[in-house]
Amino acid sequence: MQKPNAIAADAITAGAQPPARSWLSKALEGRNTLGGLFMLPAAAVLLIFLTYPLALGVWLGFTDTTIGRPGQFIGLENYEALWDDTVFWLAVFNTLLYTSVASVFKFALGLWLALLLNERLPFKAFIRAIVLLPWVVPTVLSAIAFWWIYDAQFSIISWALIQIGLIDAPINFLGDATNARASVIAANVWRGIPFVAITLLAGLQTIPQSLYEAATLDGASSWQRFRYITLPMLTPIIAVVMTFSVLFTFTDFQLIYVLTRGGPVNATHLMATLSFQRAIPGGQLGEGAAIAVAMIPFLLSAILFSYFGLQRRRWQQGGRDA
Amino acid sequence: MASVDIRRVTKQFGSHPVIHGVDIAIADHEFVVLVGPSGCGKSTLLRMIAGLEQISGGEIVIGGRVVNDVQPKERDIAMVFQNYALYPHMTVHDNMAFSMKLRGAPQAEITERVNKAADILALTPLLQRYPRQLSGGQRQRVAMGRAIVRDPQVFLFDEPLSNLDAKLRVAMRTEIKALHQRLRTTSIYVTHDQVEAMSMADRIVLMRDGVVEQIGSPLELYDHPANVFAAGFIGSPAMNFLPGMLRRAGNELHVETARGIRLPLPSNAGGTDGQKVIYGVRPEHLSLGGEGIPATVAVVEPTGADTFVYSEVGGVPVCATFSERHAFEPGKQIVLKPQLETVHLFDEASGVAIRNA
Repeated sequence: MQKPNAIAADAITAGAQPPARSWLSKALEGRNTLGGLFMLPAAAVLLIFLTYPLALGVWLGFTDTTIGRPGQFIGLENYEALWDDTVFWLAVFNTLLYTSVASVFKFALGLWLALLLNERLPFKAFIRAIVLLPWVVPTVLSAIAFWWIYDAQFSIISWALIQIGLIDAPINFLGDATNARASVIAANVWRGIPFVAITLLAGLQTIPQSLYEAATLDGASSWQRFRYITLPMLTPIIAVVMTFSVLFTFTDFQLIYVLTRGGPVNATHLMATLSFQRAIPGGQLGEGAAIAVAMIPFLLSAILFSYFGLQRRRWQQGGRDA
Repeated sequence: MASVDIRRVTKQFGSHPVIHGVDIAIADHEFVVLVGPSGCGKSTLLRMIAGLEQISGGEIVIGGRVVNDVQPKERDIAMVFQNYALYPHMTVHDNMAFSMKLRGAPQAEITERVNKAADILALTPLLQRYPRQLSGGQRQRVAMGRAIVRDPQVFLFDEPLSNLDAKLRVAMRTEIKALHQRLRTTSIYVTHDQVEAMSMADRIVLMRDGVVEQIGSPLELYDHPANVFAAGFIGSPAMNFLPGMLRRAGNELHVETARGIRLPLPSNAGGTDGQKVIYGVRPEHLSLGGEGIPATVAVVEPTGADTFVYSEVGGVPVCATFSERHAFEPGKQIVLKPQLETVHLFDEASGVAIRNA
């Protein structure tokens, strides 16, 4: 019973004698000062863990640093060397091939899967959880599984095809240049589909059912409903998902490193794996960094592409919410 | 344009029946309003006519053709949705042209029909806007424009005004009615608002719990409600109900409430002596009189044109509306005199109206 009285008494004293405010308390109440103060920890984390390594990487690309020996600034020498390096250009080609083919498949299959999952299905929640699995499993683990699936002797695919009688000898999945490229792309597509499918599914579920009903009454077939309702309304989300998918694929490392290490004869070397190989096992930190930096223009253009793709379309703008 | 016949139609969701054998015959050019409280099955019935829901039993006939197994797009109907369902990524013009574009109509015809509909609905300056750039009332008109362009056999409206503010709702109500008078297209309109139903309908279909309670013109429902539910649903403020016992002694006829208050009846009232009844009288049919029902004033609500007086008659709340201005004070005794010819009697057990003898 004492408390309310005590609080009331406090309030009265506080009201009677406003405490003198120091410059510090005034500054702390200012929006900018306090805001800046609160941002400091985040800014420090970003500086230490993001800006510093990135800047260091760019700097290393301009030096001839090797492991154990601090290098000298050598200007664009690393890049000049790469310009005449056929393995580097093969890696660029591989990366572009890997990214474009895998992204197209991930988009097509992911959208298809999302559309299926958006239908009324028995055990819907269960199936959706299963679909996420490839994405949840650590990449190295799934890569090792694929390594077995693609094994020259014990491949289950070869075994099944031999049992059916379609082939006589096991397929050389990872030993042949074309087979190896197709194999790593297939593994990447398998791993990347859930992200695309689940995100697009979320997008599909934001489209009001009544739009489909209105379109049905307007005489739209199911293909026309997809073409004129689903696709245009999904475009903004497709732009986000595919940007991220392209960035993930372009910088892929783990899958290749476990499956092929860039082989056979560099046929599956991506820029990321080549950069690692030159820098760490090869010891040429400067050159490796230069390869990594060479990825930046590609990634930047992908981001710019999505920036324009993501801009709010005219129909999304304007007045109030629907 | 066409007639619509709904014959013994039932609907079940799983094992849960929601519509229990509904019969409604809608004539060509008619404007019929399906009205009832939420969950009465009116929207489901409308969606069954549209083809958006399967028909569990019975049949629906549009223009002489049984449409139970006809695809929605083959039924030649247009529907205006509660949330308008405008395609957000299409301009007003494209929204209205969509159905014709799908049908592969020639561009000249599309332009002509869209312009004509836009003209009717005063949408011409908005044709290049997107739905997001429109106000609620404008969106509502676009949704109707989309239906008009189709020139369908039947218009279906699914609570089209419930997302609008009160003032706009009244304006759009008039607009829809004027539109129907101009186009004469058979229209089926679903609402939960009895004022909308009364003011727009040629005929009202009053539904409750998947059953039709009464079908009739607005004034038929108002003047001769078939049962307590219809009497209470139509009219605002709602009809007053006073339970009591019918007393008939020679020419003397009245209803006596549990607390012994005598409620006057016309001399031709039906019912038998001692029958348990509900005495119904509308607020607007009560006046201040020298003799009548004694009541205690509880709350007075002046609205300008009318004054609503909430009072108590033997423990039962009774509302009366007066267009003339009296001085009322809460707690005071007044005497309410019902217009005898407008008094309704209902059997208490069944709720069914007791007709005059």
